[in-house]
Amino acid sequence: MANAARSAPRALNIGQQLSRFFFLHPRLVLLLLLALPLGWLLALYVLPLGLLVIQSFYRVDDFSGVMVRELSFQTYGALFTPSNLEIILRSAVMAALVTFACALIAFPLAYYMARFAGKRTRSLLYLAVLLPLWSSYIVRVYSWKLILANEGVINWLFEALGLGGVRDALLNLPVIGGSSLSFSYLGMFFVFVYIWIPYMILPTYAALERVPRSLIEVSGDLGARPGYTFRKVILPLAFPGIVAGSIFTFSLTLGDYIIPTVIGNSSFFIGPVVNTLQGTTGNVPLAAAFTVVPIVIMGAYLLVARRLGAFDAL
Amino acid sequence: MRSKFQALRTEKIPRGLRYMAGAALVFLHFPLLIVLLYAFTTERRTYQFPPPGLTTQWFGELLARVDFWNALGTSLQVALVATTLALLLGTLTAAALARSRFFGKESISLLFILPIAMPGIVTGIALRSGIRLFGIEFSYWTIVIGHATFCIVTVFNNVVARLRRTAYTQIEASMDLGATTFQTIRYVILPNIATALLAGGMLAFALSFDEVIVTTFTRGTEQTTLPIWMLAQLVRPRDRPVTNAAALVVIVITFIPILFAFRFTQDVSET
Repeated sequence: MANAARSAPRALNIGQQLSRFFFLHPRLVLLLLLALPLGWLLALYVLPLGLLVIQSFYRVDDFSGVMVRELSFQTYGALFTPSNLEIILRSAVMAALVTFACALIAFPLAYYMARFAGKRTRSLLYLAVLLPLWSSYIVRVYSWKLILANEGVINWLFEALGLGGVRDALLNLPVIGGSSLSFSYLGMFFVFVYIWIPYMILPTYAALERVPRSLIEVSGDLGARPGYTFRKVILPLAFPGIVAGSIFTFSLTLGDYIIPTVIGNSSFFIGPVVNTLQGTTGNVPLAAAFTVVPIVIMGAYLLVARRLGAFDAL
Repeated sequence: MRSKFQALRTEKIPRGLRYMAGAALVFLHFPLLIVLLYAFTTERRTYQFPPPGLTTQWFGELLARVDFWNALGTSLQVALVATTLALLLGTLTAAALARSRFFGKESISLLFILPIAMPGIVTGIALRSGIRLFGIEFSYWTIVIGHATFCIVTVFNNVVARLRRTAYTQIEASMDLGATTFQTIRYVILPNIATALLAGGMLAFALSFDEVIVTTFTRGTEQTTLPIWMLAQLVRPRDRPVTNAAALVVIVITFIPILFAFRFTQDVSET
């Protein structure tokens, strides 16, 4: 009797039965796991994003102001007027300049962290980069309102150093100048650089940290001077990291609408324009067409970045 | 982790590099110090530097501001619920994608990055029309939905990295020894990914707590989170001293989860 009981399959409890079922159906498990998060994302984000793009092909009737749900390029005709093109160009140039400045300022710090800092210093520096990155965005923007104010610290510094004339000359420059630092492209540029620079430092540092020591040694052994090794070995290997960082600095500058509103002159950037269009004036198709611009620019940017190897550096 | 460059540490640091790195550090932290200083200034109307005197009275006034505390409360609640949702959704995604291979897997992980990679205004508008699509009324909960959506990726990134590092043999051993799937999850997988969940969750919390742009698109008219409150304060010149004090308080509050997250990731030597 005992033998018969042993040879018969042991009754499995519900947990064991389920485990067996899961083990035998890995695809089903995958589907079960993914259903909720992917459904959430598709329904709430991806689908509406697609609809947004479709809406940009709708148009608003000139007389009634009602959205006409027919596909046409009419809204894009309205988008590509000189004044709107200027807004797009202004945003893109600002994003490019901010990205360039971020790379320039970030590199020495990243290089120092990766190559010369000891273990302890390095993790402290890492924290020093993380803290501004994660501390309140809006407060950091506000801090520049304090700094750039006419009676604020920057002007105080200029006066204390006897450089008031230099400041006035900067502000009198065409295009980048303005009535005061907090109402000029120059001021806005500083704020953008400040807000997004941690996004440049971290990937640059990560890329530099991965440069094998042996490669630098071998370059030296083969007779390269440090400067030559830097240009021919270190910089090319760090470049994908810089490109990876530039994805963030470029995209974030392009789509920001708080900074141009809080700091800077009243001239338009993509972000504030979209915000106004979809809100108060209610031209949803044109707002949609305007959002398609950064989507397309970023899409192209990502393709180029992938070619440059930035995705492996993320 | 040992540095690949450690042996070169005796190498001379190029002249100028130290200064440039130092200047970048000053650039990163000077504005935060300015916020610290201005929270104590006695000047009410302007942003005068140097401050004519120092006082702590604005913190007392801030303490009495119900709208500030309500906004803080809303922010904490939103962040807490959004983080919980992100933890659930992010962990499920990570579990699905960590070891499986199927067509379109890369595209799926790219999809989850999208809400945070796209400019905030794009994500905001997309979420707004998504919420409209389902006929949900804009409220506290729609803020949560928006935040959870872009927080999934921080949890996913942390957990998927940990799962890939965890030896699969541990899970196999557990199953071989007769543990059910649920026992394996409870006793093998969860203890392994606990700190990754904590780090990812804290980053998600900080991200949600700080968010302005997506929030302006997904909130109802009644709800004010702390960053939205700050934004409104910027156009209230009479409130400047209180705004300054609030700015400092906000910074201190956001530092706490970051320092915690940093400690936890350091403990397991992971960056």
